[in-house]
Amino acid sequence: MNESIDIRETGSRTGRPLLEIKDLAITFATSNGDVNAVRNAHLTIMPGETVAIVGESGSGKSTTALAAIGLLPGNGRVSAGQIFFDGEDIAHASEKRMIELRGNSIGMVPQDPMSNLNPVWRIGYQVKETLKANGLPSGPEDVAKVLTEAGLPDAARRAKQYPHEFSGGMRQRALIAIGLSCQPRLLIADEPTSALDVTVQRQILDHLDKMTSELGTAVLLITHDLGLAAERADKVVVMYRGQVVEAGPSLELLRNPQHPYTKRLVNSAPSLASRRIQVAKDRGLESSDLLTSDDVVVEKSKPAEVLQIENLSKVFKLRSGFARSTDFTAVDDVSFSIKRGTTTAIVGESGSGKSTVAQMVLNLLKPTSGRIVFDGVDTSTLNTKDIFKFRRRVQPIFQDPYGSLDPMYSIFRTIEEPLRVHKIGDAASREKKVRELLDQVSLPQSTMKRYPNELSGGQRQRVAIARALALDPEVIICDEAVSALDVLVQAQVLNLLAELQSRLGLTYLFITHDLAVVRQIADHVCVMEKGKLVETGTTDDVFDSPQRDYTKALLNAIPGATLMLPPEVA
Amino acid sequence: MTPDNNPNRPGETPGTTRSLEHFVAEVAETPLQAVDQVKEESAPLSLWGEAWKNLRKQPLFLISAFLILVVALVSLFPGLFSPINPATEACQLSSSNGPATAGHPLGFTKQGCDVYARMIFGAQASVTVGLFTTLGVLLIGGIVGSIAGYYGGWIDAVLARINDIFFALPLILGAIVLIQVPYFRANRNPWTLVVILVVFGWPQIARITRGAVIEVRNADFVTAARSLGVSKFSALVRHVLPNSLAPIIVVATISLGTFIVAEATLSFLGIGLPPSVMSWGNDIQAAQSSLRSNPLPLLYPAIALSITVLSFIMLGDALRDALDPKARKR
Repeated sequence: MNESIDIRETGSRTGRPLLEIKDLAITFATSNGDVNAVRNAHLTIMPGETVAIVGESGSGKSTTALAAIGLLPGNGRVSAGQIFFDGEDIAHASEKRMIELRGNSIGMVPQDPMSNLNPVWRIGYQVKETLKANGLPSGPEDVAKVLTEAGLPDAARRAKQYPHEFSGGMRQRALIAIGLSCQPRLLIADEPTSALDVTVQRQILDHLDKMTSELGTAVLLITHDLGLAAERADKVVVMYRGQVVEAGPSLELLRNPQHPYTKRLVNSAPSLASRRIQVAKDRGLESSDLLTSDDVVVEKSKPAEVLQIENLSKVFKLRSGFARSTDFTAVDDVSFSIKRGTTTAIVGESGSGKSTVAQMVLNLLKPTSGRIVFDGVDTSTLNTKDIFKFRRRVQPIFQDPYGSLDPMYSIFRTIEEPLRVHKIGDAASREKKVRELLDQVSLPQSTMKRYPNELSGGQRQRVAIARALALDPEVIICDEAVSALDVLVQAQVLNLLAELQSRLGLTYLFITHDLAVVRQIADHVCVMEKGKLVETGTTDDVFDSPQRDYTKALLNAIPGATLMLPPEVA
Repeated sequence: MTPDNNPNRPGETPGTTRSLEHFVAEVAETPLQAVDQVKEESAPLSLWGEAWKNLRKQPLFLISAFLILVVALVSLFPGLFSPINPATEACQLSSSNGPATAGHPLGFTKQGCDVYARMIFGAQASVTVGLFTTLGVLLIGGIVGSIAGYYGGWIDAVLARINDIFFALPLILGAIVLIQVPYFRANRNPWTLVVILVVFGWPQIARITRGAVIEVRNADFVTAARSLGVSKFSALVRHVLPNSLAPIIVVATISLGTFIVAEATLSFLGIGLPPSVMSWGNDIQAAQSSLRSNPLPLLYPAIALSITVLSFIMLGDALRDALDPKARKR
């Protein structure tokens, strides 16, 4: 490790690195004893350079960055190694020295724009606070200038507004303004755009690039998105379980990953170049009996189009003052149909009405007008008893794996619940079914005695899939079912879904904001914008020759779209 | 640019022309694990199990649980703790305000009764009132609060206003008024007192329950249960209520203490339990006339009352720490 640093110092750029982390170890004191969050981390950032740390949640990437700015949580400490900022070891610097450095020399853009601005203070005041703390002029014009530079139009007026009057993208711009207001030499950006829509993400990152290259600021970008890291950074550092496993120039690292973990990451990163997960068709061709046994039964008794959505609209009444309301059209005249055994994805940014469509298809929300025809029957005409039967055939999987399982229920009770509710089988046969379902989602059978709080996000999502499968449904509605998962886990769950589709002949309606995921899983795509369906077609058509500007903008905004290479021949 | 053929020793290729080093950690040092493996070593642990594990280590819980155990034993079997039963053994006026003697460790009251024996036998009335009031309050407040919170809309609006009306009446003042009802005046015993305290005590629990239910009712797992075909009401009973219990239990434990105080206060004012029933409030009231000459008969029941109330409040605090992981100290 030391050798590599020596070589770089003598062999490459002039001058010393702006930030150099050597053999860093960070330990957290918890009620279960000390936990090593980071071990042997090393990282070098030259002045003006952009370096990205990539890793899954819990890999120690944020912790490493927080150590560099001296903001580790109270129970964490640097237990070994050094952090040099411009030649000065700040790993154990005094709080006073760190306060001098923060803002002035090291700026920070936090992750969540929704919770990182104080809601009771005006935006301008929060910028002014930073300027003042660092002894810079802080008059209204200075504040407006800083905000204008961050790309906020009409900054003088905006500075007088409160955070709740800003959209997510605008808040992130304000946070970037605060982070860069004192023209620091190093900016730490912790997942600066992961909470934003792709098109907004692109705008913000472009702007951040422009600002930092004008100011010559070095950037330490923390992200879970390999494509984004490769697109934005000169150098990528991959962290895994608290250790740096690979570091190097971003393009080379992407094209020629060496460490098995990086290889795994590169292979499973979804991108526009990746293909439809092929399990279904390959299996189908190989084992003809599988194809016939499923499809023949389906074809003779049931129509090919399992779901038809006709002119669906949903209008919400928004309260505006006493006894008055304004109409808000969340879904506006949407029509499409889904063929049995295929996957249809509804893509759109937040507020496009895609989840409202899902809720209506699930019969959890009444449409204002239009029809949803499931298997030839209009679902709005169903009585209570028929709805109960309908529920057996259409099942949801939700986005948040931490919220969709009852924390009080063991995994067995969770998966058994649908069987018990529909009075299927006796206790013994239900237990057998639960075991089978756990096998199907490749979880060990011993998991059924556990509780959701003992499982990771991906495991919980697999339990949710098992629960959805318990009643042998025909249609599964996945509402952002993989958005909250790490890349590798996401790939695993997507593969599982594709495999289950081929084995059980399931039909999926996939609601997502992530076009790369759509490319991997969907046969048909519906693009929604502000409640309207703007484009539909087969996945290949929409991705290869998008017709609408909005679809093109969405496709262009995907980070690393042009960089990623198709995975090796499978 | 040729790729590094020896990934484990990138430092040993000094002839490279790259300006940035391609570092690869040794695979042996950073073993790769299967993606998203289920941890199978530890025993399964439910949320309640985890809370209990956490609770067992808390000194606050251990102390309060011990005290509550003692209070419970004393009120169930007072005879074990005092050989003298003040209800059957008449007080000797000859020992009025007498000092502690053998067999009478805390001395005598003005009426010549054994202070220790009365303190032990007085626990039963106080604890009965506190416990059953809490149960009644939980039942009524829990039902009203969960229905209001879960169904919302006009049901919530009506129930919340009724709740507010009762909330506006102070517990003690309301009890003073209600106890003047002829039926209650004629039948003054722990059970009528329980009824009166429940009438004015339920709004607090109703509020807490309503808040907790509102927090849970929109959770994804409730929607998931509904789309499995679980009816709206069984989703409330099976999923929403069990997940709202934690704050309700905490508040109920703390209010058990306050209901014991309310009983004592009413008895002290002479409108709670009749003097024929032994209770700490009655004893304090009886002892106040001789406060200056002999303060001890007042002090001992007061201490017993304080310790009982304190232990329930401490238990509530310990439960809050255990049941709410966010508030838990690390």
